[in-house]
This record gives sequence, C-alpha cells and structure tokens, in this order.
Amino acid sequence: MTAARFTGISLAALIAATLASAASAQTIYVSNEKDNTLSVIDGKTMAVTDTIKVGKRPRGITLSRDGTQLFICASDDHTVQVFDLASKTVVHNLPSGEDPEQFALSPDGKSLIIANEDSNIVTVVDVPTRKVAFQVDVGVEPEGMDVSPDGRWGVNTSETTSMVHWIDMEKRSVVDNTLVGPRPRYAQFTKDGSQLWVSSEIGGTVSVIDTATRQVKKVVDFHIKGVAKDRIQPVGVKLTDDGRYAFVALGPANHVAVVDARTFEVKDYLLVGRRVWHLALTPDQKMLYTTNGVSGDVSVIDVDSLKVTKTVKVGRYPWGVAVKG
Amino acid sequence: MTKLRLSRLLNSVSLAALGALLLAGAPGVGTAADAVGEIRIGFLSQTPEPPPSVANPDEPAADDGLAGASLAIADNNTTGKFLKQSFVLDRVEVAPDGDAAAALRELAGRSDRFVVVDAPGATVEALSKLPEARNLLLLNATAPDDVLRGSACAANLIHVAPSRAMLADALGQYLVKKRWPRWFLVTGRRPEDKLYADAVRRAAKRFGAQIVAEKEWTAESDVNRTAESEIPVFTQAKAYDVLVVADEVGEFGDYLSYRTADPRPVAGTQGLVPTVWHRTHEQWGAAQLQSRFKAAAKRPMTARDHNDWTAVRVVGEAAARARTADPDRLIAFIQSPDFTMSAFRGAPLSLRPWDGQLRQPVLLAADRSLVSVSPQEGFLHPRTELDSLGYDQPETLCKTRGKTTP
Repeated sequence: MTAARFTGISLAALIAATLASAASAQTIYVSNEKDNTLSVIDGKTMAVTDTIKVGKRPRGITLSRDGTQLFICASDDHTVQVFDLASKTVVHNLPSGEDPEQFALSPDGKSLIIANEDSNIVTVVDVPTRKVAFQVDVGVEPEGMDVSPDGRWGVNTSETTSMVHWIDMEKRSVVDNTLVGPRPRYAQFTKDGSQLWVSSEIGGTVSVIDTATRQVKKVVDFHIKGVAKDRIQPVGVKLTDDGRYAFVALGPANHVAVVDARTFEVKDYLLVGRRVWHLALTPDQKMLYTTNGVSGDVSVIDVDSLKVTKTVKVGRYPWGVAVKG
Repeated sequence: MTKLRLSRLLNSVSLAALGALLLAGAPGVGTAADAVGEIRIGFLSQTPEPPPSVANPDEPAADDGLAGASLAIADNNTTGKFLKQSFVLDRVEVAPDGDAAAALRELAGRSDRFVVVDAPGATVEALSKLPEARNLLLLNATAPDDVLRGSACAANLIHVAPSRAMLADALGQYLVKKRWPRWFLVTGRRPEDKLYADAVRRAAKRFGAQIVAEKEWTAESDVNRTAESEIPVFTQAKAYDVLVVADEVGEFGDYLSYRTADPRPVAGTQGLVPTVWHRTHEQWGAAQLQSRFKAAAKRPMTARDHNDWTAVRVVGEAAARARTADPDRLIAFIQSPDFTMSAFRGAPLSLRPWDGQLRQPVLLAADRSLVSVSPQEGFLHPRTELDSLGYDQPETLCKTRGKTTP
C-alpha cells in the first residue's frame, strides 16, 4: 500500500519533471540555402540531431503561431512549404508567387506576407484556405518583411529601390513609402509597434522609423576597429521583447552589433562566424542564434553575458533560423 | 498638378522675385515640388566593327549594352513611381564611322542632361569637348582608357567602366596573393593592346611582381589552323609563373591556354579575366539581377550590359536619394561624397572626385566560374580598399577636376 502510493507519487513527479523539461527544451531550425536542407539543432546539447531534405534554395523560415509547423521559402521551387515538425514532412505548399525570399506571419497567424524578389510584388496568402488573398506592387527586389503587432501594417523593404513600403492590410494597398539607406534587407517592429527597425546592407546602417509618422527618427552607424567601413553590411535585426537590446548581424564584418535599443548607442560587437546574416532569439530571450553563411555554421550568443558560447556546424550557406520553445 | 501650379506661379511673379525664388530653392535636398518630374537619359552607342580576322565563337547580341540600359530604366521607374519620378531613355546609335557629335546634339536638343556614352574612348573624348556637352553629364559606360581619367579628364565626364589600370591592378593583386609574381607578358598588335600591356606593367611595379619576359604577337596567319605548332615555339621563355596576355579584341589570346611550352595558366584579356560582370557571379544579390536580366533579355548579362545598367542606375539612384528631378542638383549630388550605390559586387560604388572614376570591386572570372573578387585582402588603403585599384589621388594626371578629398 505504502509502496504503491510511493510509486504513484514518484510517477506524478516524473511526469511533472518530463513536462517541465519538454517546455524548456528548445529546438533550432536552420535553412541551408545551398544544400536544400533543414538542420535541426537540439537546444540543450547544441548538437545537430537531424538534417532534412526540403525544397530548392530554402531561405526565410518561420514558425506557425501554434508552433507545430514551419513555413519555408523554397525560393527556386517558387513555393512556401508547410513543414510539420512532429512528422518531419512537408504537408502542403502555399501559393507564394515567384521566387519567395522572406516572409512574415500576421499576429493572428492567418496571413503570410511574402516578398517575391524577382517580380517586385508582395503576395499575401490566407494560410487557412491556402489561397492568395491579394498582391501589391512594391519596389525593385522586395526582401525584408514584417507585420505590426496590431496587424494594421504589413511592411516590405525593396533592396534596389531602398524603401520601406507600408501596406495597409485592411485597404490591401501601399499607402506610404519611407526612403532608407541603400539595400534594405530586414525589417522588424518593436514589441509595442511604435518603431520599425530596418537594416541597410550597402548603406552600412540601421534606420529606426517612427510608425506613427513613418519618418526615420534615428540612423544607427557601426564602426569596428580594423574592419573597413564598406565591409560592415547589416542584414538581420532582432529586438528583445523588453526593449533593451537590438542585435544587428553585420554580414562580412563577421560581427553582431549589440545596440542599446533605448539610447541607440552601440554597446558591443561580438565576433561570430563568417558572413553572418540572420538571427533568432529563443522565446525566453536568453539565447540568440546566428546563421553564418560562408563558414557554414551557427553561433550561439548568451544574451545576459553578451558572450558567444558555442559554434555549431550546419549545412552549406545557412540562411534562415527559427527557434521552437 | 503641383508642377502646373508652380509654373503658373512663376509666370506671374516678377523677374526679381523669380531670381530670389531660384536662389532660395538652390541649396540642400529637393523640395516636394522639384522631387517630382521626368528625367531624360540619352543613350549614345557606337560599336566598332570587329576586325575580319577574329574567329569569334560568341557573336555578341544585337542589343549588347542596350539591354542593360533598358533594364536599368525599368528599375529606375519602379522606384520612381513611389516618388512620382519617371525616367525616359533616348537612344541614338552611331555607325562605326558615323557622326557622334551630331548624335549628341540631337540628344541635347531633346533636353537630355544625362548622356550614357557606350562608345570607344576617342569618341568619348571628342564628345566631352563639344560646347553642347558643357552643361551635360556624360557617363562613359564602357571605354577603359586611362587617358580619359588622366590628361583628357573633364568636369562633365564621369567613368562607370573601370579603367585598364583598375583591371590590371585587380588581376595583379590576385596573382601576387597567389605568389605567382613572375609574369610573361604577351601583347597583341593593336594600340589598345599596348595600353593594356602598359597597365599590366604598372600593376607589376605597384604590387612587387616582375615581367620576366615580353613578346609581341604579330602573326598574320589564321591562328586557328596554326596554333598547335606556333604557340609552343612562341611561348618558350625563361622561367615564369603566369602568362599575361593583352589582346582586347581576341585575335589570338584564346589559343594560348593548353598550348604554351611550359604548363602555365593564362590571365589578362583571356583566361582569368578581370571584369565588372560574369554570368556565374551570384553573390551579394547578383543572382537577382542575373535572373531579372535573363527574364527581360532572354540571355545572360554581359559586362557591357552591366556597365550600361550601372550608368543608368547612377542617375536613378541619385534622383531617389537627393529626392530631386532637377538635373543641376542631380549632377552635383552624383559627384558629391554623399553619393553611393549598390551594384551587386559587395562594396558600395562611389565617385573619385579627382578623376570622375566610379570606384568599384572587380571580378576575376574564368570561362565558367568566378575565381575571385578584387581588391584582395591585405591590399590596404587608408580611405577604402577600393582605392588600391587604379590611379589614386596622389598619382592622378587629371588637372581640371580639383582634388578635394572625398
């Protein structure tokens, strides 16, 4: 009797412990542009546990809101693949328009807005019905995408036009444009939606735009000792939810800049792998992962100590990264 | 609408007030009113007749060059529609022995203030000296002659194509980095080959390489039939690392590889070639320009297409950045240190004020692969590594452009 009760208790404890560890176990997904694969990294052991074949030239990746699926831009297949994480299979494709590169998911998880790089168009897909909701014309080589937290704005950056195009999601049209530094690559709204941060690869800067006025309010510049100015080419940007930091991947400068998101001052430059492009924060904001295209690896940054703690070898030309919490 | 209202206003005010208005509007970036408008770009092309002796397996396309300019106009207009700017390309083709001056006058008459010149260096120089060209900005898209950037430089002339010195320096840096410093220089019989060879000699001196042997190719025979017997004899030279060839029209250079007496690589105008563009180049977003061009022109982009694309984009990028369609402001902005643009080769392009040359990275390409991109790592420069290619500020032979540091 006592023994049975004891077993019962320990079982319950065991289950609780298992649940807790499942909740904190993190999985990192990385798209390898030149291998047509997805690398799966275990967040605890930092080992690659699986390499999965996906569509041609996978670039942007993002998780569904419920965390069960991964959307993958398979650029050379001209489609967005919906990848089921449990079964590790592509369950279906979404109509994405030509050459999808980056995309963003609306806060309600229902609309995927996709940059069609070769055709100067942004395609908005209704995820539940898997149909194109609408398309809008934007500038030359659309790339960076985000949706404001309130769902009102879809934004797109066009690389050769060097603008942010503001898409009113209700009106389904571009209603404003903001000129930024040359070759804007990435856009991210702050958690409260009041600012949009946009990187300019050739300009070597990050523009902070006031959402209410759509005017640039601050331009962040970067200087690394011993690195030529024209090698500093910002691409990926990640803002912490608490408004403390902005992390900026500086491409061939092989560093991630740590920017104080309140004062816009650059606090530090962290040396990572070669040609760092995209970034992802863990849901608990404790870790930052970077894709390093030329060295073919992922750097792991501890956000509290601002130290690079590990490098994980993945496939050829890692491009996008997403973390499942 | 805004434009119409402004012109009515101008008509109604007195001359003095008009002067004040113009002065007030002159400095700084454009106001909302003058940001809007049509920008006309002339495209003057002249293709020299290829010499009859050349066996050319790759016949250039009829729209070589023009297709690049046309794509750039489309790119400019895609951006322009958000700024209410529109771009028009006025095209004039001049016969090899035709009257280029008359063509330029025609373009000036259509109020084209920007004229992209895709023509041999002698034509570019003659056009830049015409009185009708004084208020224009001529964009030398393709002529590599260093003299145009040196003693024949002009305030109304900028150079989009890299000079021969830049091309030779780009190659030279790579060969030196590879520790292949002993060069065997083979020069063709045409004047432009001599200029290319001069640039190679200059590069050797700058980067510590040696020209250990030099020969001139003078054969009149059909090299296609005799190469296998002639070239092994011709290439007997003392120990060298690389055969550097100067044969711009391609009379014999392609026949050197695999036929040299010693097993040595060929570089220069054939073999490993310094160039602005190559069909295998895909880094820095180049893959996007390649596919956009291919969709429009139904063929890969050539270096000539790319030079013309860049020339037309210079004007478009300036109009978007300076937010003006006013030609005077655009001409000033393009030549200011604030002007930079992306051309899919990594580092941003900008203008060297001392000679009007667009500073840029140079690709090193073999037939079916991109081998490297110069400037090479380690060739340092206090301003930008790009200025390790070609004539730097202290060396310039241009006296009329002023030497303000960018």
